Amino acid sequence: MFKNVAELVELAEKENVKIAEIMIRQEIEVTGLTREAIIEKMDRNLTVMEQAVERGLNGVTSVSGLTGGDAVLLQKYIKSGKALSGHTLLDAVSKAVATNEVNAAMGTICATPTAGSAGVVPGTLFAVKEVLNPTRDEMIEFLFTSAAFGFVVANNASISGAAGGCQAEVGSASGMAAAAITEMAGGTPSQSAHAMAITLKNMLGLVCDPVAGLVEVPCVKRNAMGASNAMTAADMALAGITSRIPCDEVIDAMYRIGQTMPSALRETAEGGLAATPTGRRLEAEIFGKQSK
Amino acid sequence: MKYRSAFDIIGPVMIGPSSSHTAGAARIGRVARTLFGHQPKRAEIYLYGSFAKTYKGHGTDVAIVGGILDFDTFDERIPSSLTLAEQAGMEVQFTVEEAVTDHPNTVRIKLFDDEKEMELVGISIGGGTIEIIELNSFALKLSGEHPAILVVHNDQFGVISNVTKILAQHEINIGHMEVSRKEKGKMALMVIEVDQKIDQSLMDDIAELTNVTQVIKMVD
Repeated sequence: MFKNVAELVELAEKENVKIAEIMIRQEIEVTGLTREAIIEKMDRNLTVMEQAVERGLNGVTSVSGLTGGDAVLLQKYIKSGKALSGHTLLDAVSKAVATNEVNAAMGTICATPTAGSAGVVPGTLFAVKEVLNPTRDEMIEFLFTSAAFGFVVANNASISGAAGGCQAEVGSASGMAAAAITEMAGGTPSQSAHAMAITLKNMLGLVCDPVAGLVEVPCVKRNAMGASNAMTAADMALAGITSRIPCDEVIDAMYRIGQTMPSALRETAEGGLAATPTGRRLEAEIFGKQSK
Repeated sequence: MKYRSAFDIIGPVMIGPSSSHTAGAARIGRVARTLFGHQPKRAEIYLYGSFAKTYKGHGTDVAIVGGILDFDTFDERIPSSLTLAEQAGMEVQFTVEEAVTDHPNTVRIKLFDDEKEMELVGISIGGGTIEIIELNSFALKLSGEHPAILVVHNDQFGVISNVTKILAQHEINIGHMEVSRKEKGKMALMVIEVDQKIDQSLMDDIAELTNVTQVIKMVD
C-alpha cells in the first residue's frame, strides 16, 4: 500500500503506468475483487455523477430555498459569448455548482470525497471531457487517480469538515481533481503531484462555516472556486511549474492547521459566515419556518 | 490506515446533503439495526458535537432513523424516515448532548424491544466512513464494511482458541480481531472481522461453546 504521494508517484514511475493503475491494483489486492468488478463499480459512480450534473444543469432548488439555479445562470452566460475567463473553466465551475445544488436539494450524488465537496471532481471531469474527448475507460481512470490522491489525504490528514475545516473537504477535492486533470491531459505522475500541491496550498486554512448548518451557503460556491482552482493548478503544472513545498508536506501542513482550528470553524455553524448577522437571520427564518 | 478502499474516497452514492452527517449517520443507524438483529420498538438517539449542533440542517436525524429502518445511504425514503418509523410502530426519541467527545461527529444509539436492549456509540469520520467504538459499554473498533462475528463470552481461558478453531474448521480467514473485557474473569467481547461469508452453521457451532453467551453476525 502506498502511504504518501511520494510513494504513489515513485510506484507509477517505476512501473511506467498511470496513477489510476496503481490505485486499481491496490484495490484488487485489498478487496480481493476482480479488476472487472472494480471498474464496473466505479462506472456506476460515474453514471451517478453524470446524472447529477445533468439534473443540476436543468435547475433545482433546495428545501430551504437558499441555493439552486446558479448552474443554469452560468450556462446561459457562457452561451452569451461574453465570458471573460474561458469556456472550459466556467463550464467546470457550472457543473460543480450543478452537482452541489442537487446535493443541497437532497438529491442523489456520489461523495468525492464528501457530499459537501461532491461538485469539484465531476465538474472538472465533465468540462475537460469536452476538450480531451476521453473514452469511458479514461473517465473511470480519472476517478481512480482522484481516489489515489484523496486516499493519501484521508489517511494522513482528514477529509472531514468537522475534523479539519473546509480545506479538508473542498481543499482535498480540488487537489484530487487537479491531479486527475493533469494526468488525463498527458501530464506525468510527478506533475499530478505538483498540481495537487499547488491547489492545496491555496486552500489551506479554509474554514467550515455553513449557514444554519446546511450544506448550501457557502458550500455550493466553494465548490465553484474549488473547480476553478483545480483547473488553474493543472494548467500551471502542465506548463512545467513545480511546487516548492512537496505535496506530502502540504498535506501535513493541512492536517496541523485543521488540528489547531477552533471548533467554531469546524462544521458547528457557530463561527465565520454562519455567525454573520445575515447568516443568523437566515438560520432563524429557515428553522422558524420548518418549526422542528 | 483508517481508509482502505478507493470507494471510501469516490463514494458512497448517497442522498445529500452531507457524507459525514447524512450518509455516515445512516450507516451507523444501519449497523445498530444489524447488530440488534431486527427492527426495534424504540430508539433513543443521543447526538454529540457537530452532530448535535447541525443535525437539523444535515438531515442527521432522518438519516439515523432511516438506517435503523434498514435503508442504505442512497435510499430515497431517507428524507421521510421519521414518518415511516411512526407508521412502522417504532418510537424515536432524540437528545442533544452538551458533553465534549473525542470525535466531533458522535452518536449514541439505544435500541429496545420487549426482550432486550442494546447500546452503541458510533463516529462518522468523514466521507461516509464510520467506526463503531462502543457496544454495550465495551470499547471496540468496527467499520461495518466487512463481515464480522461478535462473540460475548465469559473471560475464561480457552474460549478464544475454541472460537478460532471453529473458524479454521469452516475455512474462514480472520482479517482483524480484537478482544476486550469489562473486568478480569467477567464478561468479555471478541470482535472478529473475516474475509468470507458467514454461514449460520458456523454461528450455531460457536453459540454451543462453553462460556459463550451470545453470538452476533454482521454482514456487509
